[in-house]
Amino acid sequence: MANLKDLKNRISSVKSTRKITKAMQMVAAAKLRRAQEAAENARPYAEQFAAVMSQLAKSVGDSDSAPRLLRGTGREQTYLLVVMTAEKGLCGGFNTNIVKRAIQRIKSLQADGKTVKIITVGKKGRAVLRRAYGDLLIDHVDMTDVKRVGYGDAQEIARDVLNRFDEGEFDVSYIYYGEFENTMTQVPTEQQIIPATFETSEEEQKGAGTVYEYEPSEEAILADLLPRAVATQIFAALLENAASEQGARMTAMDNATRNADDMVEDLNREYNRTRQAVITNELIEIISGAEAL
Amino acid sequence: MADTMQFDLVSPERRVASYKATAVRIPGAEGELTAMPLHAPLITTLRPGVLHVEGEKGTEEYIVTGGFAQIGAEGISVLAEESYHRDEMSQEILDRMIDAAAERQRKAVEASHNDPGPVDDAAKLLSDMVAMGNHIGLSSKQPSL
Repeated sequence: MANLKDLKNRISSVKSTRKITKAMQMVAAAKLRRAQEAAENARPYAEQFAAVMSQLAKSVGDSDSAPRLLRGTGREQTYLLVVMTAEKGLCGGFNTNIVKRAIQRIKSLQADGKTVKIITVGKKGRAVLRRAYGDLLIDHVDMTDVKRVGYGDAQEIARDVLNRFDEGEFDVSYIYYGEFENTMTQVPTEQQIIPATFETSEEEQKGAGTVYEYEPSEEAILADLLPRAVATQIFAALLENAASEQGARMTAMDNATRNADDMVEDLNREYNRTRQAVITNELIEIISGAEAL
Repeated sequence: MADTMQFDLVSPERRVASYKATAVRIPGAEGELTAMPLHAPLITTLRPGVLHVEGEKGTEEYIVTGGFAQIGAEGISVLAEESYHRDEMSQEILDRMIDAAAERQRKAVEASHNDPGPVDDAAKLLSDMVAMGNHIGLSSKQPSL
């Protein structure tokens, strides 16, 4: 039977772990609220941007004068995957799920004989991908020092991606991030950013009947706005990712706290039982000792 | 006739302003333009400058850099890369903007040598920034431009 002192030690160790997980859960909850707010604030811009872009893209269409960012390079040989994960662990399956989604795509692309290049954002995804696909990693964006994701961070990533595109390093680009659904569910999402695609909701299509004048020309506006659109999409993804990370961490830590609760309860029961057994034992010894006299 | 229209100013990080306005003066890429209610639908890109909005409570001024404005039947949406209310604008922000523009010009000169396109664009961006600073009464660090 387990020794009383050992049991006592285990109980206090589980209790202090519970304190930590509880604290982490509360910190994550506070950060989640802020991250959600940031994502919320960014939405009007992203939506209106996408609406205008899809209008422009439709009117310029596939003509030869369309910018390469929209039309693509005409090849589909080299793929650039930008995989966004968290900088820290302890958030359940969040990082793993995103990486898994990316790896799925890498495998299918490689099976088709395509070349794959990877840029990682966030330390956790990089650690996993480096083990499996170390030779495909071409860059890493460190977000450790970034407390709050700003548009500037997204712009930097976008600039890097666009430079590589201009130099013909890749033809198609996808980003991977966790889309925030609620605190329980985060959906690993894949989104194509180059050649640019724009989703249009039905409501926007209704408004698409308006014929706009453009100043300067449609092509010039499009050329000016496309790089910004890439940055905007990356920014939205970063914000979603930040909210998802905190949500995932909150859920994971909530589970851990509950687990610790259960464990403390079990251990306490065992401790009490053991203590009782020890007392009974001592009594038996005393009584049998007295009887022997 | 409608005498006011919806005016929205959004930047990637937040919604800066949203209210009814009677006239909006926009620093368009090809010159200033004033949009009033029932203006013809128009999309124009912006150059760095000051956005004047006449609303019910008088004229408000906003600093915008980059982005575009969409003038439609329902109103005006300005999507600016960076945007501040005139009162929020400070010397530090202006310095940062001008530094970024100067940096870009330097890079453009390095990267494309004497290809006039990018270099001119960057130079124009920089001078627009400086002009904007002068307009709102903040001095720019590089007076010799």
